[in-house]
Amino acid sequence: MDEYMLIFRHEDGGKIASPEQMQSWMKQTMDWIGGIAAQNKYVGGNGLPLDKEYARVVGYNNVVTNGPFGDIKETIGGYIMVKAESIDEAVEFAKGSPILQGDGNTIEVRKIAKGDGVH
Amino acid sequence: MNQQELIPHLFRTEFRKIMAVLSKLMGIEHIEIAEDIASDTFLSALETWTYQGIPPNPTAWLYSVAKNKARNYIVRNHLFYDKIAFQITQSIEDNQSIEIDLSDKNINDSQLQMLFAICSPSISVEAQIGLALRILCGFGIDEIANAFLSNKETINKRLFRAKEKLRNEKVAIEFPGEAEITQRLAVVLRTLYLLFNEGYYSESQDTILRNDLCLEAMRLTYLLTENESTNLPEVKALLSLMCFHTSRFEARKNANGELILYEDQDEKLWNKELIEKGVYYLHEASQGIQLSKYHLEASIAYWHTIKADTPEKWGSILQLYNKLLVVEYSPIAALNRTFALSKVHGKAKAIAEAEKLKLLDNPYYFTLLGELYKVIDRGKAKQHFENAYQLAKTLADKQVIQRQIDGL
Repeated sequence: MDEYMLIFRHEDGGKIASPEQMQSWMKQTMDWIGGIAAQNKYVGGNGLPLDKEYARVVGYNNVVTNGPFGDIKETIGGYIMVKAESIDEAVEFAKGSPILQGDGNTIEVRKIAKGDGVH
Repeated sequence: MNQQELIPHLFRTEFRKIMAVLSKLMGIEHIEIAEDIASDTFLSALETWTYQGIPPNPTAWLYSVAKNKARNYIVRNHLFYDKIAFQITQSIEDNQSIEIDLSDKNINDSQLQMLFAICSPSISVEAQIGLALRILCGFGIDEIANAFLSNKETINKRLFRAKEKLRNEKVAIEFPGEAEITQRLAVVLRTLYLLFNEGYYSESQDTILRNDLCLEAMRLTYLLTENESTNLPEVKALLSLMCFHTSRFEARKNANGELILYEDQDEKLWNKELIEKGVYYLHEASQGIQLSKYHLEASIAYWHTIKADTPEKWGSILQLYNKLLVVEYSPIAALNRTFALSKVHGKAKAIAEAEKLKLLDNPYYFTLLGELYKVIDRGKAKQHFENAYQLAKTLADKQVIQRQIDGL
């Protein structure tokens, strides 16, 4: 079984959500993760707070910009790692994510290198 | 109490204390000697008290006899070494000078230190539980065999090998240093948790024995909360969990010893005092940021002390199971989570998620599916319950499943 990373890409990280919305998303996200964990296929994960205070982009020549929001609206909001028999199974996990209810949001599914010198 | 009741009673309460103090005194390499001396002490009591009557302070009598036997052994042993090895160790002429401290404080400290020694990662969990039952709970070999649904020879062999391993590894009977306490405590708590479960879910028919296992696990956990260095949030969380579970002791079996499902239990039989204690320890455990699996399980058990179905109750239970599975997967948590999911999001969604679990050799997997299909598809429900019946390992489980089939 391989490990895959599911990377959450948010269309507009600058959007402000109400506390009630946030709580509802949290629950839905936890239900989604719990469903994967119940199959013993959850490896780990974390959220990346969309908070300008704690986000910077370091560019060419060490130019630091506040961000990642601004000109580029799309940003990464978090990730989880799962065990899956195939890329297709990992994609099926991604399809259940509440993140995809947001128009324009995407989940990038990537295999994690095993560090065995081959992958 | 007459002698026939008194000696078994004292054996239960005092054997383990003598055993812990002597083991601590003589070191892990002499653990079997400590066991022999503790057993001999009770044999002496049986012989002496039968003819001379029960002494005014039976416990003090036992302690003093145990001390004498231990001193004699140590003196003899030193003489033995002096002669054979020509080694002049500190020779002890007057055996009264050997200090054997059977004060409450030293008894508790010795028991806790023994607990850490026994819960050594070098021996298997089964062996840890077995040794804990023998040394820290004063259980007889046949009782341990009964609890494990095994026989005396197997248990004897298992304990013998475990003791040998502890000797070879030169495991010290002491409190772990501050740097290792979290790691070592994790092993101790897991053993106590399993010891408790052994009693709670045991297939042994002996109800008193099973309750004793749970109470002993609670006693040892309580002992950890009494000690400053081990009175940590996860310890209190585990104790809270145990309180909540034991509060349903009376309600979960009927007069014939058959299991009564949570939904059918008479909540008047739930022990209010234990529920309150559970709430107290859960509150105490929550003073900090730490969230162990015991916190999550205790919180789930807390919600179960409220019988009425409310959206808040099942919503909270579902979220707690989600978190629990992220911390540590177990098939039973996966199944219980799916049950909670059905209460929050409905049966159809729960069936879809249940079928992904594919725990095809687990009887509870099929009981869950049977339960979920009950209203939606009676035929499928029956089929699942029948699968569950085939896979069920205990009579109690088979009875519960049969009642479900009959009730369809």
